[in-house]
Amino acid sequence: MAAESGGGGSAGYIEHHLTNLQAGEGFWTFHIDSLFYSVLLGVLFAGSFYFAARRATAGVPGRWQSFVEMMVDFVNTQVKDAYHGPSKLLAPLALTIFCWVFLMNFMDLVPVDLLPEIGLLLGIEYMKVVPSTDLNITFGLSISVFLLIIVFSIRAKGLGGFGREIFFKPFGKWLLPFNVTLKVVEELAKPMSLALRLFGNLYAGELIFILIALFTLGNTLASLVTSAAAFSFVVQFALGLAWALFHILVITLQAFIFMMLTIVYLSMASEEH
Amino acid sequence: MNINATLLAQCLVFAALVWFTMKFIWPQVLEAIDQRNKEIADGLEAAARGRSELDAAQGRIEQLVSEARSQASEIIEQANGRASRIVDEAREEGERERLRLVESAHSEIERETMQARDELREQVAELAIAGAEKILQREIDAGAHGAMLQRFADRI
Repeated sequence: MAAESGGGGSAGYIEHHLTNLQAGEGFWTFHIDSLFYSVLLGVLFAGSFYFAARRATAGVPGRWQSFVEMMVDFVNTQVKDAYHGPSKLLAPLALTIFCWVFLMNFMDLVPVDLLPEIGLLLGIEYMKVVPSTDLNITFGLSISVFLLIIVFSIRAKGLGGFGREIFFKPFGKWLLPFNVTLKVVEELAKPMSLALRLFGNLYAGELIFILIALFTLGNTLASLVTSAAAFSFVVQFALGLAWALFHILVITLQAFIFMMLTIVYLSMASEEH
Repeated sequence: MNINATLLAQCLVFAALVWFTMKFIWPQVLEAIDQRNKEIADGLEAAARGRSELDAAQGRIEQLVSEARSQASEIIEQANGRASRIVDEAREEGERERLRLVESAHSEIERETMQARDELREQVAELAIAGAEKILQREIDAGAHGAMLQRFADRI
């Protein structure tokens, strides 16, 4: 399972696993691996769903079409329950978020060393395969949602209404600075909590997978015949299995929470307070 | 964990994905779902309509059958009545015919009887005349005694 990579024993192994493949300088650094996997999974989602949508018939649906329709219906129900304004954007947005975040989270269930090792064979030194353990990715999503919240607010209440909400609520015009502070904190808390919740869950999950993988770190296949190594192999298998099974819940739940909160935030934004 | 331009790239990817979903996935799938729902609803409605029509047809059939049955029994009754009337008529006819035949036979018999009696009477008259001729041994004037002999013959 765990193969030796880089120097420095377990600390080096962990650090290696938590380092992105980077390109660029300073702020203009790109995490190639995160972006690659996030785009790959995004294309996987869009392509596979497009495949079903293009051939969607009202007749008897195939299995894949049924699945896609199930997802669409599921998201549509959630959106209709929470959001009452007119929007062609929100439901597709929610669907994209749910599927994409789920797929990005799902990379966590791929054995921690599998893809990085393949990458090493191809001469790629660092590779983090779970995009949602990258703060840039989760903030990328949540900041986009944040911008949409502002857009939805302005669209629903007009610029004046939005301004009034910032400056004069909830305590009237005599406490204007206080109102602004409160509003800014309230609004900024949304993308922060969205991004950090997803990141925190997935980062922790990934870290635990890495820690479980430490059990057999440095063991070769041949050394498995010794009883100690065989024991740690069994322990790693058992722990890995248990954590992976539990993690199936976590990744689905996190994707769902991200989608639900997006819907709730956007419906709050388009309602008068 | 440093924030960098990856975030911007991710925003762009996200926007593109959402746009794609909004444009090419969501409406098509939703339309298919809605259309299927509509077709199913139509189908169910048609089925319900068919069922009610079937019920109505069943009722009509029962009505027709009972009407036909009553008509048939009426016809049978009429036929029976007609048949018995025909039988009665035939019987009356036969009776009349019989009476007629019997009557004509009677009259025939009577006529024959009369005739036979007349012949017999004449023969008796001749016999009487012959007998009287023989008995009297003398000639009787047929012209003088004819009326007396005729009276005699009439009494026989």
